[in-house]
Amino acid sequence: MPLTLLDKLWQRHSIADLGEGFHLLFVDRHLLNDLAGRGFLTLNRRGLPLQHPELTFATADHTVATLWNADADPRGLHNDYVKNLRENAATHGFHLFDVGDASHGIVHIIAAEQGLALPGLTIACGDSHTCTLGAMGALAWGIGQSELVHVLATQASVQRKPHALRITLEGTAPDGVTAKDIILYAIGRLGVAGAAGYAVEFAGSVIARMPMEGRFTVCNMAVELGARFGLIAPDDNTIAYLKGRPFAPRSDLWDDAVRDWKTLRSDAGAIFAVERTIDVSSIEPQITWGTNPGQVIGISENIPQPDAFGGDAATSAQAALDYVGLTAGAPIKGTPIDLVFIGSCVNGRLSDLREAASIARGRKIAPHVTAWISPGSEPVRRAAEAEGLADIFRAAGFNWGRPGCSMCAASGDLMREIALPKQRVVSTTNRNFVGRQGPGSRTHLASPAMAVAAALKGCIADVRELG
Amino acid sequence: MAEAFTTVIGAAAPLLRDNIDTDSISPGSRSARRSGKTEFSEKGTSQLAEDLFANWRYDENGNAIAGFVLNQPKFRDARMLIAGANFGCGSSRESAVWMLKEFGIRCIVAPGIAEIFTNNCFANSVLPLTFPEATVRELAAEAAPGAPAAMFTVDLAANTLTAPSGRTWQISLPAFRRRGLLEGLDELAVTLQDQEQIERFYAHARPEWPWSYQLGKSPQLGKSP
Repeated sequence: MPLTLLDKLWQRHSIADLGEGFHLLFVDRHLLNDLAGRGFLTLNRRGLPLQHPELTFATADHTVATLWNADADPRGLHNDYVKNLRENAATHGFHLFDVGDASHGIVHIIAAEQGLALPGLTIACGDSHTCTLGAMGALAWGIGQSELVHVLATQASVQRKPHALRITLEGTAPDGVTAKDIILYAIGRLGVAGAAGYAVEFAGSVIARMPMEGRFTVCNMAVELGARFGLIAPDDNTIAYLKGRPFAPRSDLWDDAVRDWKTLRSDAGAIFAVERTIDVSSIEPQITWGTNPGQVIGISENIPQPDAFGGDAATSAQAALDYVGLTAGAPIKGTPIDLVFIGSCVNGRLSDLREAASIARGRKIAPHVTAWISPGSEPVRRAAEAEGLADIFRAAGFNWGRPGCSMCAASGDLMREIALPKQRVVSTTNRNFVGRQGPGSRTHLASPAMAVAAALKGCIADVRELG
Repeated sequence: MAEAFTTVIGAAAPLLRDNIDTDSISPGSRSARRSGKTEFSEKGTSQLAEDLFANWRYDENGNAIAGFVLNQPKFRDARMLIAGANFGCGSSRESAVWMLKEFGIRCIVAPGIAEIFTNNCFANSVLPLTFPEATVRELAAEAAPGAPAAMFTVDLAANTLTAPSGRTWQISLPAFRRRGLLEGLDELAVTLQDQEQIERFYAHARPEWPWSYQLGKSPQLGKSP
């Protein structure tokens, strides 16, 4: 019987069938962040050891100082969460990519960068954006804290096998349209529950041509479609990306690994519970107007009328407009902004910064705008500095920070890196929920290029008009 | 042992918005921001119930917004929440469940409940129930008068949800989830009994897919701070 990629990955890791679709899955890589410290309190209270420290890897990203206070505490010496993670690394014996180390960064970014995430693996992490790593052809999913303790203690996780949903992306994206615009558009089309309960495999010619960094951006937001898992079959791009990464397979095993990875694709004729095809040929740079990532439009469109949605969705749309302070029917372009944030696990990679710098080069941000860039990892930061990107940003008036989750979840430096009430932010992050970037903050999600365009113009702007 | 779930009787708070995300349920940074420091305990903060839906429950000055459902006296002791589709979407933060439970909510009813949130519910003996949208609307209509006029009963042993009118719906749960709730089983304790099976799996997987486990660089285990 033809199998989907999901079937193959699931079968490979099922230890026991618990009935009704539930399985006990082996976890090949358990990734921890600085919020995992509380899980260790439970582990310690129950007197349990960390079962497989050699499969456990940690970094601090949520609470670290990345912007305002980054230079005051560049090694996280005064951060209780970071200190706690260090103590647990020493006590329980797992690998820590420590704050300030050459390989430190956002967990979903460094797991790929370091070659820890590989095709064919299961990867669990106490963060919903773990689906990012599905772009590698791995089964990667976010877990809650109780589930996290379960993985610490057993190296296994109880999960329900979802049905597979395939999104086939076809056509050629116009100039100015990035991987971020494509996934935002897809969420707008399918809705934030459009893939709820499914595992989403992204496929089609758009994915085949897309570099790995764009694929991470796409899979990162699978959870914004309601899917716990995002997947992309590994191909030559994936293999080229992984070659030479520090934790990639030992060199004498590399050829065998590649042979195996090439089998990790949905077979011809494999049945998906749901199939969706999206043509990207006529989409525009996207910008969100509301309080979930599915409330999104093309930059030249007008803010929708809530009535157009009907029923409860109309009420939600009106509540969203009230919260973000926008008027139905008005153009979104030209809306004045206060802050710009570029970074995060969805758009904190080198290609994102190159895209941003190509727009910022030789220009200045609007005087009333504060703009921050947090590179997704130390390797990204060093590469961006070596290429002169940081100089371009600084010359344009951007602040250049350190790696971490930062303003994405308003958690950076223990919740000080936030937007103030009613401040309007154009942000390259993945969630525009009420209060996400600070109580009362108003978030518009967009690509790095669009974020730069907004910073330069001082308002929501069309990057295509900047050339 | 986890807490057993058998019967829950109480008012049900109707909050029929779709896509209620866990950032809205648990704006986790609120108490930390207020106090200027973060409590370091297993559940993070001692003000879980107070911070539930904080951005919706309080105005900018911290005063309760009278119209919000959980601020209404008839729902202050609600044991159930009746919500819109895709409840609990977004962040994996388990504090969303802890806060609901601290407030007194032991059962969520919605046309759809996000997957990570669902698992977090079972881990905390909170019952996530999905019903068709039309049923959820009917339940919400019956819930509107609140306590003491409108009381619901969930009887997990009997697999029933009974509305104030006496109308009864069957509850359908995966068998092992139902047993776990009824007996107060702790999933971790159950799995630990099968740890040998997990280790046998790992011992088989390592030679089968050595490239997955033999890395180019060895992890530095237990590096000192």
